[in-house]
Amino acid sequence: MTAAAAAGPGERSGARPGAAPRVTPAADRLQRLLALVPYVVSRKVVGLADTAAAFGVSERELVDDLNLLWCVELRSPDPYCPIDLSYEAGEIVVSEAESIDRPLRLGVDEACALLVALRMLAEVPGLEDRSALSRTIAKLEAAAGAAGAVSAQVAVQVDDRGARSVAARVRDALDRGRRLHLSYYVPGRDEATERDVDPMRLLVVEGRTYLEGWCLRAEEVRLFRLDRVLALAVLDQAASVPAQAQPRDVDQGLFRPSADDVQVELELSAPGRWVAEYYPCERVDDLPDGRLRVRLRTPDTRWVRRLALRLGEDGRVTSPAELAAQVRDDAAAALAQYA
Amino acid sequence: MSRRKTERLLSLVVCLLSARRYLTASQIREAVPGYPESFDAFKRMFERDKDELRELGIPLETGVSPTAEEEPGYRIPRQAYVLPEIRLEPDEAAVLGLAARTWRRAELAGAAAGALLKLRAAGIDAEETTQPGIEPRLRTGEAAFGRLWEAVRDRRPVSFGYRAAGRSSSQQRRLEPWGVVNRHGRWYVVGRDADRGQTRVFRLSRIDGPVSFRGPSGTVTVPDGADVRELVREWDTAPHALRTAVLQVRQESGYGLRRSATTVRPDPRRAGWDLVEVPFSDPGWQCEHLASFGADVIVVEPADLREAVIGRLKGALA
Repeated sequence: MTAAAAAGPGERSGARPGAAPRVTPAADRLQRLLALVPYVVSRKVVGLADTAAAFGVSERELVDDLNLLWCVELRSPDPYCPIDLSYEAGEIVVSEAESIDRPLRLGVDEACALLVALRMLAEVPGLEDRSALSRTIAKLEAAAGAAGAVSAQVAVQVDDRGARSVAARVRDALDRGRRLHLSYYVPGRDEATERDVDPMRLLVVEGRTYLEGWCLRAEEVRLFRLDRVLALAVLDQAASVPAQAQPRDVDQGLFRPSADDVQVELELSAPGRWVAEYYPCERVDDLPDGRLRVRLRTPDTRWVRRLALRLGEDGRVTSPAELAAQVRDDAAAALAQYA
Repeated sequence: MSRRKTERLLSLVVCLLSARRYLTASQIREAVPGYPESFDAFKRMFERDKDELRELGIPLETGVSPTAEEEPGYRIPRQAYVLPEIRLEPDEAAVLGLAARTWRRAELAGAAAGALLKLRAAGIDAEETTQPGIEPRLRTGEAAFGRLWEAVRDRRPVSFGYRAAGRSSSQQRRLEPWGVVNRHGRWYVVGRDADRGQTRVFRLSRIDGPVSFRGPSGTVTVPDGADVRELVREWDTAPHALRTAVLQVRQESGYGLRRSATTVRPDPRRAGWDLVEVPFSDPGWQCEHLASFGADVIVVEPADLREAVIGRLKGALA
């Protein structure tokens, strides 16, 4: 965590969300201590190793925390130690916790982060356990009290145009371990493809729902956007995801360029700037007059040719030269249809 | 150094939570070890400590005890401090873990983790185990998200540079923000545009440069019944399709058009082609969309759309 770099001078706006740069290391540790005591109290006895893991600290740090708690002393009116605890044989027991036996209330950021996410989950197609969700939301709203109120001003809408019934059938296939047959639309190539897929899981990223599965046609793990599924059937055949099928690390981004990809450069005039918002660009440079130069990598340039036709004079492929020539050929072929 | 400060802050919290009445600064100084001898130095340090506790959301209350001689004191009311009792069933704890994971790598990740820690401290075993088969993620790649969330949370007016779609430069906008909404994976802020006196929606990815606060907390009023989610949905929803395009579409192609077509029939005058009718509302967008199909789609009518597509293709040829 860095110092309050993001907040302007002299502004008091409360903690910044997430990283909370205003919270000093001492205060950060205080937060942990104030959670640690009730964590142990509510469980009566806990293991050192488990507790360290739950708090994301080493056992040594945890022992230092416990020593610190045990040493707390108040001097007035008479000196006394409000906290008594022991950690013998790898087990922690708190026998005296005084006023900090219960955790601190949720802050606004904390309550809102969870409530917004829970309400988003309630919209996710294919998440069947809606009853658990609504019960959790109700309980959390009650526990958060006023801190949860602002969460009504944040909403996440999951795109599910027609995806809900598809998602339900994918869930069914996942639960029963069945293979799927997909008719799948690939807009970049304007193709409807047929393929068998052994489902691995559903992903909900950037407001879209995807099936991640082993594609038997490509012999690779592939993502399929559910709103592009033209037809789907759950087959009687059992799914068999090969051992080498690696689910992708969603925290690293869904689409990662590979070394074999073609590097494409486009120059966009102001009306074509949306391209930089819609496609993951490796590099975006501002040019004069609101123009942009973007660079992206792709394994298949067919969609770029279609994009270039869509852009018309608002964009131009500047590299590679062969791709630029293909775009001109495509445009000429299309214009010939009107001749 | 930091350890001693943590000790002092912890003692202060325990002391103020246990106090049955407001404790004056001098009483606190006597009870809590670790403050300097000089009263001025103590006062300065105590002021900073109070700020740090408030920053963590610890409810520090100021008041005067009936017995004290008019000097204000401090305490932390237990009722305002403690997280109310909350018990979750295992299935509820599982969705809670899933919810916390949603923010991973996004702006509120720290807040979600902090909340989970407190709930664990309350005895809930919300493990971050994977709910079989589903993995949700939110992203907040837009630089403006953090500031706008703060502005919405604290009800503060803001200003920012905004580059509207297709504009070559950005324009300064002043907004009383009511809410932030993610729709189809993109973040928007909605509120009252102070210059135009109207409700406006802005896409965060088009905000140019930093977002500045233009007023203190609590100065924005969200009108009763303002549904931020609905406002963004309305703004983002294409108007009702008023016109119909008649297209020649090569067979085995144009799937993107066929999905929204009202009629598809073989073209009687050209083998291997279909006549496809597609409703549309925005001629600009429709023209770009049709051009992207290249030689597989020919616009028969209306004439203006046909001309626009030809113009766009010529633009790509140039």
